[in-house]
Amino acid sequence: MKTARSRHLVSGAMIGLTYLAAILATLPLLLILTHLLRKGASSLSLAFFTHMPRPVGEPGGGMANAIVGTLVLIGIASVIGLPIGIGAGLYLAEKKSTPLASSVRFLSDVLNGLPSIVIGIFAWQFLVRPIGHFSALAGGVALGSMMIPLVTRTTEEMLLVVPTSLREAALALGYPRWRTSISIVLRTALAGIVTGALVAVARIAGETAPLLFTAFGNQFWSTSLREPIAALPLQIFNYAISPYDEWHRQAWAGALVLITIVLIISIAARFATRSRFGAPVD
Amino acid sequence: MLQSTEVSREKPPRLVTPMVQVRAPEPSASAEETKPCIVASHLSAFFGDTAAVKDVSISIPQKAVTAVIGPSGCGKSTLLRCFNRMHETVPRTRIEGSVEILGSSIYEEGTSPIAVRRHVGMVFQRPTPFPTMSIRSNVAAGLRVDSKSHAARGTTSEIVEEALQRAGLWAEVKDRLDESAMALSGGQQQRLCIARALATRPRVILLDEPTASLDPLSTQKVEELVYDLRKTVTVVIVTHNMQQAARVSDRTAFLLMGELIEFASTSELFTAPRDPRTESYITGRFG
Repeated sequence: MKTARSRHLVSGAMIGLTYLAAILATLPLLLILTHLLRKGASSLSLAFFTHMPRPVGEPGGGMANAIVGTLVLIGIASVIGLPIGIGAGLYLAEKKSTPLASSVRFLSDVLNGLPSIVIGIFAWQFLVRPIGHFSALAGGVALGSMMIPLVTRTTEEMLLVVPTSLREAALALGYPRWRTSISIVLRTALAGIVTGALVAVARIAGETAPLLFTAFGNQFWSTSLREPIAALPLQIFNYAISPYDEWHRQAWAGALVLITIVLIISIAARFATRSRFGAPVD
Repeated sequence: MLQSTEVSREKPPRLVTPMVQVRAPEPSASAEETKPCIVASHLSAFFGDTAAVKDVSISIPQKAVTAVIGPSGCGKSTLLRCFNRMHETVPRTRIEGSVEILGSSIYEEGTSPIAVRRHVGMVFQRPTPFPTMSIRSNVAAGLRVDSKSHAARGTTSEIVEEALQRAGLWAEVKDRLDESAMALSGGQQQRLCIARALATRPRVILLDEPTASLDPLSTQKVEELVYDLRKTVTVVIVTHNMQQAARVSDRTAFLLMGELIEFASTSELFTAPRDPRTESYITGRFG
């Protein structure tokens, strides 16, 4: 028989282990952040945001084109991914158990698990090849395709949290089904859906693989959807594998900017959840 | 409260769609009360293959409170949900038989469930204020989807005030109409839901155990409100609580296993039940 003393010992040890695990779970992020700050902050200046890349050997210059390019790509991806994802999520939540809903749910999970490079190949095959050259559009489509399953599933989950009683209350008031879905159910889940959308944006903002042979990257200023466009992850990749110290420093600064953008979006997502999330009635 | 009922009497319920025929305006109260409002004949309601309501024929009088009592699972709520076509919103359900409200068959081909629900309000067991809306918008929610009746009856704020008056909530919320409805207490939320249902001027209000989740004081307020409502609308209230049925209703229906066992005036049903099963139930022998 175990004594109280030994039980306390085991209990203490297990609590200690879970504490350790909790700290280790956040350690990678902390290490990355401090490392990036140490390496990148020194190369960060106003010029980094406003200037174009300089040729090798010339000091200074920035990644203005890549920062804007990333924003353009996020924009295209959102225009494609959000409406389709939210629409599909609404369908899944409304028609929970139809055969189509089950297959959509399964396939969107498969798409979610697809390696991002495969999505890049898909966009290359269907957009780059027929058009004949790399383009921002192809990159945006690739990123948008990655967003769709993320947004679909979070939208569905958020809508399912809305209690059935609210839906019934609206129907009993004489709301048509479509109005119930949009003005009551979707509206109540809106904050959660916004959060899901922001998380999806944060997720794709740093993707590199789908852009390698779609957006391709561009050393020059371009915001045209039909031309290759620069993107932060691509620029970081190209600079990081180059043999030049100056470019390495720029790559660190770029990584810092990219992670800051992602952090800002993630923090915005948290605030969107907090502000008047449609608390369930029960 | 007194004041509010006067307001409502000045403006008798006006109908906007031809679904329900308007009878001679304001005949003598007793004649009006004896006319049936809801007539169900051979009504059965199914979930899949299981009948929750079995061959119920009932004639519910106008401008009176009718209570439906019976043990859990006896089909009380299902019966109620057949009166505003909410039963069919659940997948794999169907009904047999017919229901007439004020002379129109609500299950007739071509009758839209939406039109039916605009004339037959419903309040549920748990308060269901719309969480993203203010108190004002909650009350006006039904008006927003029915602009015709809206235009016929003055501004939204007049209608909102009147509905809140009738629900006995006006004094408590008049200074904070733009606050979230979620800030109200449970009892207030339930009266808000009643106000929301009243705002569209239904001819019938269905209450599905409206006090089941409320404390005694809120329950009392809702009961007083139900008692007053009979002057202007037909009320059908499902309740678990026999004392409540006795307190608020004019007539009481007793349901058992989906069948209507007895339907009589409340005093008669509780003092001299004709069916032995009713007697066992009200004396607490089962259920």
